[in-house]
Amino acid sequence: MMGLVQQVVADVPLLAVQGLTRRYGTRIGCADVSFDLYPGEVLGIVGESGSGKSTLLSCLAGHQKPDLGRIAWDGRDVLAMSETERRRLGRTDWAYVHQNPRDGLRMGVSAGGNVGERLMAVGARHYGDIRGQAADWLGRVEIATDRIDDRPSAFSGGMQQRLQIARNLVTGPRLVFMDEPTGGLDVSVQARLLDLLRGLVRDLGLSVIIVTHDLAVVRLLADRLMVMKAGRVVEQGLTDQVLDDPQHAYTQLLVSSVLQV
Amino acid sequence: MIRIENLSKSFTLHNQGGTVIPVMAGAFLTVAPGECVGLTGQSGSGKSTLMRMVWGNYLSAGGSIHVGSTDVATAAPRQIIRLRRETLGYVSQFLRVVPRVPTVDVVAEPLLALGMPAAQARDRAMVLLARLNIPERLWSLSPTTFSGGEQQRVNIARGFAHPCPALLLDEPTASLDAANREVVLTLILEAKARGTAILGIFHDEGARAQVCDRLVDVTAFTPGLAA
Repeated sequence: MMGLVQQVVADVPLLAVQGLTRRYGTRIGCADVSFDLYPGEVLGIVGESGSGKSTLLSCLAGHQKPDLGRIAWDGRDVLAMSETERRRLGRTDWAYVHQNPRDGLRMGVSAGGNVGERLMAVGARHYGDIRGQAADWLGRVEIATDRIDDRPSAFSGGMQQRLQIARNLVTGPRLVFMDEPTGGLDVSVQARLLDLLRGLVRDLGLSVIIVTHDLAVVRLLADRLMVMKAGRVVEQGLTDQVLDDPQHAYTQLLVSSVLQV
Repeated sequence: MIRIENLSKSFTLHNQGGTVIPVMAGAFLTVAPGECVGLTGQSGSGKSTLMRMVWGNYLSAGGSIHVGSTDVATAAPRQIIRLRRETLGYVSQFLRVVPRVPTVDVVAEPLLALGMPAAQARDRAMVLLARLNIPERLWSLSPTTFSGGEQQRVNIARGFAHPCPALLLDEPTASLDAANREVVLTLILEAKARGTAILGIFHDEGARAQVCDRLVDVTAFTPGLAA
């Protein structure tokens, strides 16, 4: 067909999650969550505050240990890995974008240093190469090269968030976890970030798990959607199907509660 | 190319006392390659519902919807995503885009998603925008501030960017002037000539007469309305 590169639909999930449960004492953080994520897919997780979406994300990313369940990455059992192996995964194949850029950046280190640091963590040593790659990534996230030696504390919120994304993506991860990446940003800045993320997902073939309470963000970014309430997944499916023809009472309420602009 | 068999649909409104509204039952329909089938029936009879079920953003209650070899009624999300990328196009009445993205990139996006090099995809986007009389000075701007008719033409350009084997058209000529209406009808006839199977809603009777090979009255599939 027109000489187009046909994208292969892989039949093996990149991430396979089964029965994931995390309790806080007698309270449920998240319970019995199962899903598969395939290469190049963007999965959105929505739900109100306290629905367990952030708990789920941090269990998936290895920041918290689930009480029950299985997580397989590329066929390997993540929960059975040693701490060293899991940390290595967190620096190479995985990346984590925090809601607050201050949690994902080193505020006392220059922008270039923030990006370079992650490269050094995976063994890069040549100063010129590191600086070159850092400059390249700052360009990709639309931060002017002459800001490379400035500290993130001198950046706006939107720039800090873009810097955090550059820091995360410089090592070529295959899966990116994002916790409310556009929360706290002006809507105009949000739009630019969404466009940037879409381009990166398409061009790099990234898989993304994005937690947000913003249905407009997932409509534009996510291929698939998971709706959580009280720690459980109440509905999941194709993003526009879940939003346009919600089946569960809670999803119907969530969708019908959005203000139209 | 499109084969719908014994399709049914109902809505359950959980937050309104669990009311169940049956909206479709026993729908049968086929569209052959190169054929254009127009859906007719009064407002509320289920034309848009049927289109959305084929697109996959409405779930089916029963029956099947084959588009090529994929049954949209039972396919997994990622199979539908692939179907939409490669095989099935949809020109809806509304343009939904990431704000601040230039019009030319909005139109080129379906081609980029297929792996076409950016320069080539933009060239094709520009050819379509020019054919649809979108002034060149607007191509680098986001379509969010455009007039209704301009947005609709951007949406049509996007829908025709990749020559899909199957295409859904929801009122493609609704708010267009005579000249642009002719351009859109020509695009539809060209798509038919390449073998695209088209399912559409056309309130414009002249347009319907010009492009549709057959009409299907969906009232026959509407519970309570069928004769």
